[in-house]
Amino acid sequence: MSAVRLLVGTRKGAFVLTSDGKRDQWKIDGPHFAGWEIYHLKGSPVDPNRIYASQSSGWFGQLIQRSQDGGKTWEPVGNEFVYDGTPGTHQWYDGTQHPWEFKRVWHLEPSLTDPDIAYAGVEDAALFRTKDGGKSWQELPGLRGAKGNLWQPGAGGMCLHTILLDPSNSERIFVAISAAGAFRSDDAGQTWRPINQGLRSEQIPDPEAEVGHCVHRIAMHSSRPGVLFMQKHWDVMRSENAGDSWNEVSGNLPSDFGFPIDVHAHEPETIYVVPIKSDSEHFPPDGKLRVYRSRSGGNEWEALTNGLPQSDCYVNVLRDAMCIDSLDKCGVYFGTTGGQVYGSADAGDTWKPIVRDLPAVLSVEVQTLA
Amino acid sequence: MIRVALPFHLRKLAKVEGEVELDITGPVTQCSILNALEARYPVLRGTIRDHVTFKRRAFVRFFACEQDLSHDPPDTPLPDAVATGAESFVVLGAMAGG
Repeated sequence: MSAVRLLVGTRKGAFVLTSDGKRDQWKIDGPHFAGWEIYHLKGSPVDPNRIYASQSSGWFGQLIQRSQDGGKTWEPVGNEFVYDGTPGTHQWYDGTQHPWEFKRVWHLEPSLTDPDIAYAGVEDAALFRTKDGGKSWQELPGLRGAKGNLWQPGAGGMCLHTILLDPSNSERIFVAISAAGAFRSDDAGQTWRPINQGLRSEQIPDPEAEVGHCVHRIAMHSSRPGVLFMQKHWDVMRSENAGDSWNEVSGNLPSDFGFPIDVHAHEPETIYVVPIKSDSEHFPPDGKLRVYRSRSGGNEWEALTNGLPQSDCYVNVLRDAMCIDSLDKCGVYFGTTGGQVYGSADAGDTWKPIVRDLPAVLSVEVQTLA
Repeated sequence: MIRVALPFHLRKLAKVEGEVELDITGPVTQCSILNALEARYPVLRGTIRDHVTFKRRAFVRFFACEQDLSHDPPDTPLPDAVATGAESFVVLGAMAGG
């Protein structure tokens, strides 16, 4: 009997939501790390009971927790994130250069092949890797060499929030940074280059600059890792060539501002976004919470509303707060800043709230269990 | 015997209840207390002060004998009442308004 496990990070703790393959009845377990901000949790693809969690607080800093039993129990592992060498400076809000300073881990990405290897995307933006199950973390400093002195924080901080590992090429890694853009390594993280050609951002002095774009999220389907989808600060974008160039596919969306983007488990041309009204008004257009699905890889979008609130809804859905399981039909899940986690067991056709009153949801990841 | 009072979240991390008691040889200072505390509870490394610079985290405060000692140099000897265990060395999170 198949099952799914949702790993939900919130402003005040982590929650583990489990269900059988019907995805109708859910068990809610938590809060774990009550009172702490849990930016992200993610399980190892090769050992699903190995889960890493980013635990942080404005008072007491960063911890990394690790579970060996699917999130029932946890142990703290290494929390020392020290930039390699002299980290130098990046752009600051006032136009001056500002020293790199570690603040928190936004995203954890376990290796596709080794449960002891995981990557951490941090603020101020950098990529770290552990090879010993989280006991120690080492920076991959070549990333900051990709014009890091020109990167600048967005209002949410200068964070590395997306890490994509190419399942067909162990040397290839994609990351995305706000507000710097998307970057690719073809040598396992040693060297990097910006992959932002085709992006246009009116919020920076040169709208087509090589770096400086506020990329909110990128996604791929494992069967076609050269095709990337991007939700940018404004615009939904698509690349056919692993990010060498991008084309806009916002099409008929009611707003092309938003945070998450994800791909159907079995249909590489079916993608999902959650339009948000604007960068000034972080809630759904018209107070209607709608997921939009394109079955054509963009441009033509349909609103998915069945079971979602269609009036007076003013929540946001953050960049790491949507995910898709690999059952047939695939399940789609997202969490809101209002503390709801919604799920669809039919690829988005119908939705139900799994839980309504959690703290503000920062991230949702799903594990499809045999 | 030095007595250290930790805030709720750090007691949970260290899995302790009530105050922590530490034996310290040599001068009793913020630095020597934190060294001893982190040696006994490694999970607290990085939560009170930076791993590398040992600079106090911005929203952590150190109180003792009804004084705010947060801004004192970390090698300054603490009051005798702390060194003798008559008063506890208090680590706490700064108040959050709102």
